[in-house]
Amino acid sequence: MTTARPELWEEQARNRRATAFLIIAFIALLVVLGFGFDLFLMGARADRGGATVPFIPIAAPIALLVGGLQAVGGYYGGASAVLASSRARPADPSDPREQTLLNVVSEMRLASGLPMPKVYVVPDADPNAFAVGRDPEHAAITVTRGLLEQLDREELQGVVAHEMGHVRNLDIRTMTLVAALLGSLVLLSDFAARSIRFGGAGGARGGRGGSRRGGEPLIILFFVVWIALVLLTPFIGQMMAFAVSRSREYHADASAAEFTRNPIGLARALRKIEAAAAPTTAIGRGSAHLCIADPRGRAVNEREGRVASLFATHPPIAKRIAILESMAGARA
Amino acid sequence: MGFLLVFALVPLLVVAWAIGLYNGLVRLRVQVESAWKQIDVQLKRRHDLIPNLVNTVKGLMKFEQETLGKVMEARAKAVGATTVAEKSAAESALSQSIGRFLAVVENYPDIKSNQSVLKLQEELTTTENQIGFSRQHYNDLVMRFNTQQQIFPASLVAGMFGFKPAEFLQIEAGERAVPSVDLSLT
Repeated sequence: MTTARPELWEEQARNRRATAFLIIAFIALLVVLGFGFDLFLMGARADRGGATVPFIPIAAPIALLVGGLQAVGGYYGGASAVLASSRARPADPSDPREQTLLNVVSEMRLASGLPMPKVYVVPDADPNAFAVGRDPEHAAITVTRGLLEQLDREELQGVVAHEMGHVRNLDIRTMTLVAALLGSLVLLSDFAARSIRFGGAGGARGGRGGSRRGGEPLIILFFVVWIALVLLTPFIGQMMAFAVSRSREYHADASAAEFTRNPIGLARALRKIEAAAAPTTAIGRGSAHLCIADPRGRAVNEREGRVASLFATHPPIAKRIAILESMAGARA
Repeated sequence: MGFLLVFALVPLLVVAWAIGLYNGLVRLRVQVESAWKQIDVQLKRRHDLIPNLVNTVKGLMKFEQETLGKVMEARAKAVGATTVAEKSAAESALSQSIGRFLAVVENYPDIKSNQSVLKLQEELTTTENQIGFSRQHYNDLVMRFNTQQQIFPASLVAGMFGFKPAEFLQIEAGERAVPSVDLSLT
């Protein structure tokens, strides 16, 4: 087995495209929200009475700036916040199981050619794992105590390889950014919704008295769409975060198979993790998308239906196992 | 004016693009070299570990002195090897002797449950795995480096600056079998 399987690369390329699209959509949403705010609440388009005042967007750049600042904040502070909130402690080499974990992480860092990440253990009986950090040099891999106790070495290797996949593919960075973008989207839409309520349709907000009624049908249409966006943004953003997370799980599974050359190890681990479907209480809702399996232990992740898919942070485990097994089959 | 701009821009873009390809190739070459060094680091680590590990279980495994002795012997040969061919033969013999030792331990359930034996098993397994995975990573990088050199248009840049394909490491069948020794935790 001296060559990486080509199908692994294909899978990665497909996932990368999907993710790029989702992130662009995220940014577009920010921009549209900002422009709509300019247009309808700040009265930037005050062209009534013939005198066309040039359109100067104020809210749009502010929206982008706030989003950017929040991303920077999350970029540097997000990882330690997640680790602290899940009560993670550094792995202890004097404990045999945690020594094995450290060894397995070292094996996977060699297989991936990445620097050695920090290794943490969460005292929780439910098997789960996640990776955080702003880049591979500052990455941390965390597993629960339950994972160490329930998986054998080969399975643990699969899970660690999956997390190293998240590190190598820079998912850890993207997920931090997505979380920050989501935060700012929710913040902005909340702000816009309040402004609509308080400012009213003929609000006296803005120095130019941007009261506008009537107008071209196109503007009205945009206004309706914008209001809908303002109200729905928290949900749309949430779904996007979930979708990004879902495609990345397949991606990391593919990387794990590439590192270990043993997709079956991870497939077996996923089966065990699924069987222990109790919620991982130590890991909060906000970090759900980081985990190898949904820590909320929700049934929503087990179905592939359309509505269920929209709200799940993770793809159905059965589907992931099937893909991993087909990789193993393709090699035989 | 517009024409002149285009005439000036096109060569600039081509050069910038060629620089990008060149840098990509250099980066891969550096990665291949450091992956090669990493294998040596791991082999050295194994040489350093074995005497200590064997000493900790010597007393417990009196009846398997021969297997342990063979591991030490193979280690001595690997440390003493000078030429590349000698080295690779000695290292793979060492891997095989460790594999045999791990298989033998499986035959003694009472010994297998001993803490220091378990620790030894784990250390040997991870050492073998770490060597195996460093080699795998080296070969992965060699494949990417060599492919990159052959793909047009990077092949033009590779040819111009005399990039040469790197050599794959042959991984022997006996050696590859080692990580599959099942050492279940549960």
